Amino acid sequence: MSGIQESIIIRTVVRIMVPFIALFALYVIIHGASGPGGGFQGGVIFGAAIILYAMIYGIEDGKKIMSDKLNRILSSTGLVLYAGTGLLCLVFGGKFLQYNAVPLFPNPAETAAILMDVVEVGIGITVLAVMISLFFDISPPETEGDEMSPEEVEQ
Amino acid sequence: MKTLALIAVLLAGGMLLYAGQDLPAFGDQNSPAYQHPMTTRFIEESENETGVYNIVTALLANYRSYDTLGETTVIFTAGMAVILLLRRREL
Repeated sequence: MSGIQESIIIRTVVRIMVPFIALFALYVIIHGASGPGGGFQGGVIFGAAIILYAMIYGIEDGKKIMSDKLNRILSSTGLVLYAGTGLLCLVFGGKFLQYNAVPLFPNPAETAAILMDVVEVGIGITVLAVMISLFFDISPPETEGDEMSPEEVEQ
Repeated sequence: MKTLALIAVLLAGGMLLYAGQDLPAFGDQNSPAYQHPMTTRFIEESENETGVYNIVTALLANYRSYDTLGETTVIFTAGMAVILLLRRREL
């Protein structure tokens, strides 16, 4: 459509970078327990990777990886994962979100660490889905742009 | 109207600058935040209680888990509200 999307340098760099940005996002989420990071930051980075792809390759191509339906499902899945962890603690006789109550490992602190990771992943899923959903909602619909660009590339 | 807004901004900024003089120095050990008994307790006990080294994460996802659940709900609700307001073409 515009000049940026036709540039072969930008297209190639984005195609190479996006998997690494997504990998870094997963690292930030999982590493949140022992260093800087966490669900919010990792989710935003993962969302930014897919937004970058959609910006360069077009909203339609972006929606092929992250459809509206998948977005809706993911944004609620993260919240369910978080609240479900809290309910799991209730089932095992603790208070809501009292991780120590779940008899997953003999050491209650270890259980708490694992369940905190689950909670962080839940946060990350919700944040990334909402980020992408916001970007798709405020982006203008592509109508004439898609039909223009193949002709311009051929010339 | 613009002059009024400018005066309001200058007043608020001046108040903040004046109040900022009383803040403890950056990293001051004797500041109230470091003197509070909970600070020492979190630093000493959080690793044994939660199993993670990062005290910030321990506070965010364990001690204040309710708060973080609420934050996630806020983000989810904001996303749903934007979908309801802006995604009219599907209806």
